[in-house]
Amino acid sequence: MRIPCPHCGDRSHDEFSYGGAADRRRPTTADFGPEWLDYVYLRDNPAGLHRELWYHGSGCRCWLIVERNTLSHAITAVHAVLPASSPAMEDA
Amino acid sequence: MSGDCFSIFTLLRQAWTGQGGLKPMWREPEPKSAYDAVIVGGGGHGLATAYYLAKEHGMSNIAVLEKGWIGSGNVGRNTTIVRSNYLLPGNIPFYEHSLKLWEGLEQEINYNAMVSQRGVINLFHSDAQRDDHVRRGNAMRLHGVDAVLLDREGVRQRAPFLDFDHARFPIHGGLLQPRGGTVRHDAVAWGYARAADRRGVDIVQNCAVTGIRVEAGRVIGVETSRGLIRAPRVGLACAGNSSRVAAMAGLRLPIESHVLTAFVSEALKPLINTVITFGAGHFYISQSDKGGLVFGASIDGYNSYAQRGNLPTIEDSCEEAMALIPALGRLRLLRHWSGIMDMSMDGSPIIDRTPIAGLYLNAGWCIGGFKATPASGWCFAHLIARDTPHPVAAAYRLDRFATGHLLDEAGTGADVTMH
Amino acid sequence: MTGDQTYRRADGGAIDRSRPLSFQFDGRRYRGYQGDTLAAALLANGVRLVGRSFKYHRPRGILSAGPEEPNALVELRGGARREPNSRATVAELFDGLEARSQNRFPSLSFDVLALNGLLAPLFAAGFYYKTFMWPAAFWEKLYEPLIRRAAGLGRASGLPDPDRYEKATAFCDLLVIGAGPAGLAAALVAGRSGLRVILAEQDFALGGRLLSDRRWIDGRPAIDWVAGVVDELGTMTDVRVLTRTSVIGAYDSGTYAAVERVADHLAEPPPFQPRQRLWRIVARRSVLAAGAIERPLVFGDNDRPGVMLAGAVRGYLNRFAVRPGARAVVFANNDEGARTVADLAAAGVAVAALVDPRPEAAAETRRIVEAAGARLLRGAQVVRARGGTRLTAVELAGVAPGSGIDPVIPCDLLAMSGGWNPTVQLTSHHGGKPVWDATIAGFVPGTVPPGMVVVGAAAGHFILADDLAQGAQAGAAAAQALGVTAAPVPGFSADPETAAILPLWRVPGARGKSFIDFQNDVAVSDVALAEREGFRAVEHLKRYTTLGMATDQGKTANVNGLAVMAELTARSISETGTTTARPPFTPTALGALAGHHRGPDFRPTRLTPGHDWAAEQGARFIEAGAWMRAQAFPQAGDADLQATIDREVLAVRQAVGLCDVTTLGKIDLQGPDVAEFLDRIYINGWKTLAVGRVRYGVMLREDGFVQDDGTTARLGPDHYLMTTTTANAGSVFRHLEFCHQVLWPDLDLRFISVTEQWAQYALAGPRARDVLAGIVDPGFDLDNAAFPHLAATETRVCDGVPARLFRISFSGELAYEIAVPARYGDALARRLMRQGADHGITPYGLEALNILRLEKGHVAGAELNGQTTARDLGFERMMSTRKDYIGRVMARRPALLAPDRPCLVGLRPVAATATLSGGAHLIARGAVANAAADQGHVTSVGASATLGHWIGLGLLANGRARWGEIVRAVDPLRGQDTEVEIVSPLFYDPEGKRLHA
Repeated sequence: MRIPCPHCGDRSHDEFSYGGAADRRRPTTADFGPEWLDYVYLRDNPAGLHRELWYHGSGCRCWLIVERNTLSHAITAVHAVLPASSPAMEDA
Repeated sequence: MSGDCFSIFTLLRQAWTGQGGLKPMWREPEPKSAYDAVIVGGGGHGLATAYYLAKEHGMSNIAVLEKGWIGSGNVGRNTTIVRSNYLLPGNIPFYEHSLKLWEGLEQEINYNAMVSQRGVINLFHSDAQRDDHVRRGNAMRLHGVDAVLLDREGVRQRAPFLDFDHARFPIHGGLLQPRGGTVRHDAVAWGYARAADRRGVDIVQNCAVTGIRVEAGRVIGVETSRGLIRAPRVGLACAGNSSRVAAMAGLRLPIESHVLTAFVSEALKPLINTVITFGAGHFYISQSDKGGLVFGASIDGYNSYAQRGNLPTIEDSCEEAMALIPALGRLRLLRHWSGIMDMSMDGSPIIDRTPIAGLYLNAGWCIGGFKATPASGWCFAHLIARDTPHPVAAAYRLDRFATGHLLDEAGTGADVTMH
Repeated sequence: MTGDQTYRRADGGAIDRSRPLSFQFDGRRYRGYQGDTLAAALLANGVRLVGRSFKYHRPRGILSAGPEEPNALVELRGGARREPNSRATVAELFDGLEARSQNRFPSLSFDVLALNGLLAPLFAAGFYYKTFMWPAAFWEKLYEPLIRRAAGLGRASGLPDPDRYEKATAFCDLLVIGAGPAGLAAALVAGRSGLRVILAEQDFALGGRLLSDRRWIDGRPAIDWVAGVVDELGTMTDVRVLTRTSVIGAYDSGTYAAVERVADHLAEPPPFQPRQRLWRIVARRSVLAAGAIERPLVFGDNDRPGVMLAGAVRGYLNRFAVRPGARAVVFANNDEGARTVADLAAAGVAVAALVDPRPEAAAETRRIVEAAGARLLRGAQVVRARGGTRLTAVELAGVAPGSGIDPVIPCDLLAMSGGWNPTVQLTSHHGGKPVWDATIAGFVPGTVPPGMVVVGAAAGHFILADDLAQGAQAGAAAAQALGVTAAPVPGFSADPETAAILPLWRVPGARGKSFIDFQNDVAVSDVALAEREGFRAVEHLKRYTTLGMATDQGKTANVNGLAVMAELTARSISETGTTTARPPFTPTALGALAGHHRGPDFRPTRLTPGHDWAAEQGARFIEAGAWMRAQAFPQAGDADLQATIDREVLAVRQAVGLCDVTTLGKIDLQGPDVAEFLDRIYINGWKTLAVGRVRYGVMLREDGFVQDDGTTARLGPDHYLMTTTTANAGSVFRHLEFCHQVLWPDLDLRFISVTEQWAQYALAGPRARDVLAGIVDPGFDLDNAAFPHLAATETRVCDGVPARLFRISFSGELAYEIAVPARYGDALARRLMRQGADHGITPYGLEALNILRLEKGHVAGAELNGQTTARDLGFERMMSTRKDYIGRVMARRPALLAPDRPCLVGLRPVAATATLSGGAHLIARGAVANAAADQGHVTSVGASATLGHWIGLGLLANGRARWGEIVRAVDPLRGQDTEVEIVSPLFYDPEGKRLHA
């Protein structure tokens, strides 16, 4: 499987490491509750389109959001978590 | 002896009569409109559950619903290893119960699943790893489970073909469970199916569950490709598809489905007489009775329902094979195949009630579900029949992620790619 | 009869008669030619019996001429290079080749296990599942060893493979798989269009079936056309032709695996050459032109040596110039029967008959058969082959009564054809299901992997001129799809042919065992048994009977098997379905898939800049993850390893020691928000850390368990340096990137790993300051007041080398860590040793480091095992309540706060001389040692030279409240049961005076 990294181009997936479902938001609540259980442990785990995180550790070191079909492994979109305009990217 | 009980005598008679008298191993019944309980998933766990429900709990008006052919999932796609060499007190009694059931299985169901207790050796490659294995072996011993510490020479005696001379990660020794071993995987599904069928269980193939019907917080049945089937109790044993089926009841699970690849070589005369795991990787190997070397390593490490893996993992697995046994170089890989693993977030399974009354969940087996088959069926049957967990599976609760009573054998946390 | 190539034709073929080769089979010497396969050379020498079958040990010969061969499996080569289960049909002959038959005892012609054949009725499919259960204990002891010895095929050498393997990655616009007519045409047009093309062919010669059949293209012999195409491809710099290369798998995103057999056609690989090379080919498009594999016909005793596939017979006649028999019968249900008759006759083989179950025959067929002097038996079938170790005659049915034709025809060769199965395996590697095509009576590709086009026989097209056109069009289409102007598609003409077929699955009236899967001895009767027992799904059929699971992967068996099942269940073949082909397409040496990753090169080895220095100091190295680290520095006077460790420990406690700590992860963080970031990463607070100070930190995973620990120094207002443990350097860095990019992108900071950029040494012991004073700049004040415990600074050492200096201590002594750019690492170690010589400086390794930290109760890997919380390890007071940090919420779940959780304690044996063992469990005195009494375990132990007895750390239920209690460390595995006192983990200098000295 090859992931088209927006910075590095098309690369074998073993340059990346996997970070699981992308659309989890870290709760801001200070005490344990269902939202924390949800965030840390529960997953939609869909059969089909999956938005997920990949870290290009052997490349640009950016976390990417990859839209990939878990039935076909087809990748339909990739973009970096950080927009190019973010402070952390300005001199990348 | 009855005509459908295998014995030497029936076999000889069959041989002389051209096998004409043998009956189907299981009927092909039309599903009834209602049962006392329905098991979703005709894999090893589902079939074992049905068998024990009938045998131990007297529930024979039950059905196993399988969307394809029975045994088409992970029970027929694994590396056939059975063992109970676990660390945590929540796990050891369960897997030991399973191993004991394996030990009596063939006589119990009158089917030779080739349970072969040839020993399982977990190699270690550093002092720290040795201490980890000793901790685990001692935990086993304290639970009354067999475990033996091998030094390097002890390993060499049992497996002289390992790389003792030029290894990147030298073998320091191993933790041996003599009662561990292998089982002919397909035969487990067929044996349980046959035995359950004989007790009146309807095994319905090509029957996909498309919905779970719930009324007032209680399950009342399942919708299937062959119509509505009512049942006051529904047990889900859907392995890699657990999340998809649970979602039909509105449940989100602490599970990701990942791809794991297994490998078999061409058939060879006996070379490896035990099961060996590599501590400097995640590799395990044994040799089937037919002669093929059966091995596997890690999951690919991404969500997948595709039942196929990718080249980096395949290369990595073969690299581990060669690092451990340099004599494998000229032997040939015959086939690799992949299954969908229901990776739970702490690496241990779930056998529990759900928030929906009458709906029971058996899932989260990660890459180790095969060895659990008998105990999983035993405990799930107990749960479904009595609505209360079996003592040896009491730790496999769904709420442990909320309470923190995790069963994290590897200490890797909620990252299933690390289990 | 045998020997001297009696069956070699006088001329013709693609062999090189000027290069005779000598080889041995079962110890007997034979001769062949360059260009032969082992199978061809054996046939040339009249050898018909080559192997024994898996279960019944039936005598077997050569069925095919390709990788589909089920029968002719041999052990090739000897010694450590022995290759069991090698197919004689693809093994290229080389001078000195040695091969042996396998799975027989005592000899190939007399095999005692052939007795199994007499018991065949008992050994039917599924036999094992129904027996060997009585008594239960006999399975492992008696039955299983017997079965295992009888099963298996060839013998592994059991010796390390002496050859080398390598891997390569290639990128192309178009991968063409198979260099038969369609593949060559595709490569030609794609190459002419300017595409980067890889053409992979498993054979050592290009041409596919054109090498084996006497065909004409564009008015000239097809092999001349092939030669022309090969020449033209050779002139194209962007076309790479890989012969002896099997494409074994189609993976995601256009990634294909292929194995090139670089040196298998030689006795040994030449110097510096691998035996095989794994290609990872990344292709934007692919053309599958893998051809088709001929089907056997299923009749009685169809496995006798001398019964061969018709296409293979033509291949041996035409390509290898070998007559596979002296008197032949041809049995075919399709139009290739006549072609086979013609080729046999042309080669001087007597042809007794063409047996064709179809009622009608074309005029051309009648002409050919008549010209060959053979009989055309329409509507007839071969129902049984006669003979033992070689074919002697065939029995016919359907011969018109009164025709005067004897239904038993003596012959030593039966050429059979049941039609052709397109080679669709690669199309299934993404899960695509082939679909049944009744017109060709075969499965054609269904859904194919993205970017793949299937052409020619692989797509079910068996007319040569069409195949060429299809291939050429596919080459042009690939160019167009990639936005390149395609070269013109040439027109092709070929000699006329027809491809009609009448499916024939089970020959009616067959007598004797009718084999479907030859290698695994699966016969029609086994399929019938599976059907009766309910194993009707194709996957059940496969698994129950082992149909298609042999080393030939069912290439000749699968379709016949499922067609027979379809007949038995009165379903169509479409309804019955087919099994899914899995990679690899052909059995592949594990060595090739491993490449050079074996032995010491299994994984990369990381060495610190001071490695050579340590080696010169006599270091013994051990593996620490990917790193090699000094375990200890034994000296001549040391009695044993323990003595070395004791000496090193005492040197640190009494004088000064030097330890390479380069492997610790180092992360350089800069920016105005670093302190805020660290606040969210670590459990403790960072906003109060002053410039020039260091602080110890503990970080959790989000699930509330400890992830890592280490120190972070503030080198400047916006500049911090974090250290991680060696083991977690990579995962912590990734975690920080996650936290920064995904969770808190608004924080303004940057960080980068500098583990490799800086070499770092710990200088520890009461004389450390004296040594260090000799290398810092004059005027640098090392005094306690000026540079106290937990001070940090950027400075220069050794007359101008940039350095970072930290006053931190893992040993509990006055200690510093000095980091210099990696290139100065080796020099710094040497300089410090010289500088410290007068102070008794002693290099120390990981073992001493471990004792020193144990004496101070510092946690390390065994305690940071991913299962412990900060509370468990005694860091509860560090856990800030005034801020959010990773893991904070989850760490407060009830089970993580339970008072009886095992927590960190010190352990001291009650008996002064007693030893401790890591991994022992802690049990109350007087309790029975069982699971219920288990209260924790011993994590780390060591013999403390400082204290004169063994010490340990452990995790004990409610341990902090139990200091002074005596429990037992029980180690059933090693038969130890030792009384230990629970003590503070701080064994040495609990007030920390030495730290501040």
